[in-house]
Amino acid sequence: MGKKLLLEHINVPGIETLEVYRQKGGYASVEKALKTMTPNDVVEEVKKSGLRGRGGAGFPTGMKWSFLFKPEGVERYLVCNADESEPGTFKDRFLMEHIPHSLIEGMITSSFALGAKTSYIYIRGEYFYVARILEKAIDEAYAAGLLGKNILGTDFSHDCYVQVGGGAYICGEETALLESLEGKRGNPRIKPPFPAIAGLYGCPTVVNNVETIATVCPIINMGGEEYAKIGIGRSTGTKLISASGHINKPGVYEIELGLPVEEFIYSEEYCGGIINGNKLKAVVAGGSSVPVLPAHLILKTEKGEPRLMSYESLSEGGFVSGSLIGSGGFIVYDETTSIVKNLYTFARFYHHESCGQCSPCREGTGWMEKILHRIVEGHGKPSDIDLLWDIQRKIEGNTICPLGDAAAWPVAAAIRHFRAEFEEYINHPEKIKDVKHYYSVNAISA
Amino acid sequence: MSKEIKFNEETLALIHKIMARYPEGKHKSALLPILHIAQAEFDGWLSPATMDYVASILKIQSIEVYEVASFYSMYNLKPVGKCLLEVCRTSSCWVRGAEDVVKHLEKRLGIKEGETTADGMFTIKTVECLGSCGSAPMLQCGASYHENLTLEKVDTLIEGYRTEGKRKSYTDLDYKNTL
Amino acid sequence: MKVTIDGQTIEVPEGTTILQAARMIVDNKEYAGDNIAPPTMCYYSKLKTSGGYCRSCLVKVNKGSEKDPRPMPKLVASCRTTVMDGMEVMNTTSPEVIEVRKGVVEFLLINHPLDCPICDQAGECHLQDLSYEHGLAKTRYDFKRRTFNLIDIGPYIKLHMTRCIMCFRCIKVADQLTDNRHQGMLFRGDVSEISTYISKAIDNDFSGNMIDVCPVGALTDRTWRFKSRVWFTKPMDAHRNCTKCAGKAHVWFKGDDILRVTGRKNKWREVEDWICNECRFEKKYVTDWVIEGPTHIDRHSVISANHYENLTSLKLDIAKQQKKLNKK
Repeated sequence: MGKKLLLEHINVPGIETLEVYRQKGGYASVEKALKTMTPNDVVEEVKKSGLRGRGGAGFPTGMKWSFLFKPEGVERYLVCNADESEPGTFKDRFLMEHIPHSLIEGMITSSFALGAKTSYIYIRGEYFYVARILEKAIDEAYAAGLLGKNILGTDFSHDCYVQVGGGAYICGEETALLESLEGKRGNPRIKPPFPAIAGLYGCPTVVNNVETIATVCPIINMGGEEYAKIGIGRSTGTKLISASGHINKPGVYEIELGLPVEEFIYSEEYCGGIINGNKLKAVVAGGSSVPVLPAHLILKTEKGEPRLMSYESLSEGGFVSGSLIGSGGFIVYDETTSIVKNLYTFARFYHHESCGQCSPCREGTGWMEKILHRIVEGHGKPSDIDLLWDIQRKIEGNTICPLGDAAAWPVAAAIRHFRAEFEEYINHPEKIKDVKHYYSVNAISA
Repeated sequence: MSKEIKFNEETLALIHKIMARYPEGKHKSALLPILHIAQAEFDGWLSPATMDYVASILKIQSIEVYEVASFYSMYNLKPVGKCLLEVCRTSSCWVRGAEDVVKHLEKRLGIKEGETTADGMFTIKTVECLGSCGSAPMLQCGASYHENLTLEKVDTLIEGYRTEGKRKSYTDLDYKNTL
Repeated sequence: MKVTIDGQTIEVPEGTTILQAARMIVDNKEYAGDNIAPPTMCYYSKLKTSGGYCRSCLVKVNKGSEKDPRPMPKLVASCRTTVMDGMEVMNTTSPEVIEVRKGVVEFLLINHPLDCPICDQAGECHLQDLSYEHGLAKTRYDFKRRTFNLIDIGPYIKLHMTRCIMCFRCIKVADQLTDNRHQGMLFRGDVSEISTYISKAIDNDFSGNMIDVCPVGALTDRTWRFKSRVWFTKPMDAHRNCTKCAGKAHVWFKGDDILRVTGRKNKWREVEDWICNECRFEKKYVTDWVIEGPTHIDRHSVISANHYENLTSLKLDIAKQQKKLNKK
């Protein structure tokens, strides 16, 4: 069994309640930080831990915290990004639903480190029921003196609120999230200024992912150096992976970073292998935005070394033969999958979710979807593949926020690794006409 | 059907509690949560009159409400059935049969995606990833996530909703309905 | 602070953007040759927080600053990026910028109706110019273009959303110049639209300025619609005593009649002073105005084709040439 830090007590009955959570050692990091450490000590421990943002970008959390601007007399905010919307990702929902106090505890400890008197958890609107679970947990924490005035009898006072969104993937981008939290359209802001200088209501703000904030608790409890011993190289600690697609055991798994991808897919402890004993075709390893990799490149790197579940190993080879760990949304496709049709669902997604502010993304995402739709329907033109390639290239890097890149990368990777399949769709539409390319719903669940 | 667009005292108290979460002068932040409440209270959609009313509560221009309500996918700007069946169709759900779920619903309810049944009970809507990829295929109705769907489960679900006959909202308290 | 753009160096105050610096180079040096200033479709110096959306002003920063000489990893929007001391920028000297700009033009055009023959903006349209200078000769887009219905925003303004390129300038005018904003951006992505949702009249003394800031023919003056092609009219600098605005305008003549009134625009095609709706829409008699003289029109503009200011100078040129020839 791999090391478990976040999900250690997942199977303990009643772990969603404050009582059981505290029996299992919950809120120790709040006790330790508020009573025995200075805010700066907490930041230092997080820096030492090597923790990298778990939302997708992988930026070192301690460094992000140390960038926070701290002028006298100006409010600072911690905002939790619980707008989990990246296709293939559902780990934050799992954590908040089952162990809500791990997030609340992390919010308090992190807010103490940052000197934030108020924090907000911005959760996607579709997770309304999870927002209720969090609100209940917050009420319990207030009642126990863990939130509100003079927490645990110390000088530190803190309020934490939950805010529900309205349904928009783009609000996972931190400045769009802040706009939305201010009651506006979720349009990403033009940077600079970065939130660390001018974020929520123009005040210095740190925005962190749910898992990142929850991970602060074990880091403070065990110490940053101890935490850094877990994992591999600069990929320290454990990570929640959302596994879905054609595997026997979809779900959320906590893995120690550095686990071989092959073991993750095939071992009984994790995904339990491919359904029906089928062959693996491809994997999207870190949520829909990251490049899809064919079986031979996800199991082994181009150099022939085993591919590991870590920031470095998954990106080994750049985009030519590698990918990214992203948000940890691990989608597995077996030999029956149509990469082209699957890409079409991604293109449709990004088109639907583009905010419309800047021209390359607003116009380009819709154009790519239309072309892919034509190809999937059997009306593709031979020039469409090169056209798709050119459109994605003109979106990538040229937009206000990373949604443009996120929409471009999957298209580029699918063409890079599965060009022949596109050609098949275009040159022999009759062959794919009646093929479903997906499992009938009862075929798996039965 | 059309009742006066006005929150009752209890709802107003809740709204003022929500507004108090934000600093002085930043009460516009409460717009998204209030729109959810308004949608649940006034027949499951946001009419211009409802949006104007929300604007008056927050003392902002109506256009600021229209801009926000039309940006986010969960706010309905047209009437919908009592049960809005939102079927996820992005990758993980697609590879596990989301299209079958939609086709089955269409056949069973005699309507197409985007339409509402004549009795005003059901609307089918296809949506993008709802973060339930590990329990695909799935659909959301109100606050409830219905996961690991089979066609039989879909049938049971429809029957259950029809018998109950109630409008389902995101703000419903019976937070999770596991089949 | 020293900044070099396409090999031209200029000293600028702190906080200046790359775009402003580029415009300063052009303004200061009577710079001849290719335009060193990147094109803009959404930035408007007189509107706060404008710019950053259209991406047509993207440039390459191949040296960040004297202190940190590393190049910037991505192209940056010159209208929203402030210069650092020692920064080196490539605009038209970078093949990458030229290529990306072609892409931006193509994106802006795929859903544009290209109905220039019936568009009032034709002849003074920024998108026409941008496409001509930076675009591809033909389109690769072969799908149906999006369309919207025409909307009257009150008695004076027509909204032709199908032509809109979503520069957000009109919303910023509504936000920054008028008290009660009624118009805004609805929906999202490529179905976003500028609208009032319930066709509310925009009833404000300065609302007409959104016509002047619109880079395309999405917002047009209903008192001028279809009266004439712009190149058949002659603009004059004119002023009047107005209690609401500075009363300085361009009045556009056809024969002896004033067909329309607009704000005075500078060489960057931005208005110098906002004008009020009364001056713009209701003062169409010659007696309403004190005419100062012909407006200077850039010789590249189609409007200059039969504009007598240019004809006069042309006549002078010919006269000079003739003198020279006679001398020989």
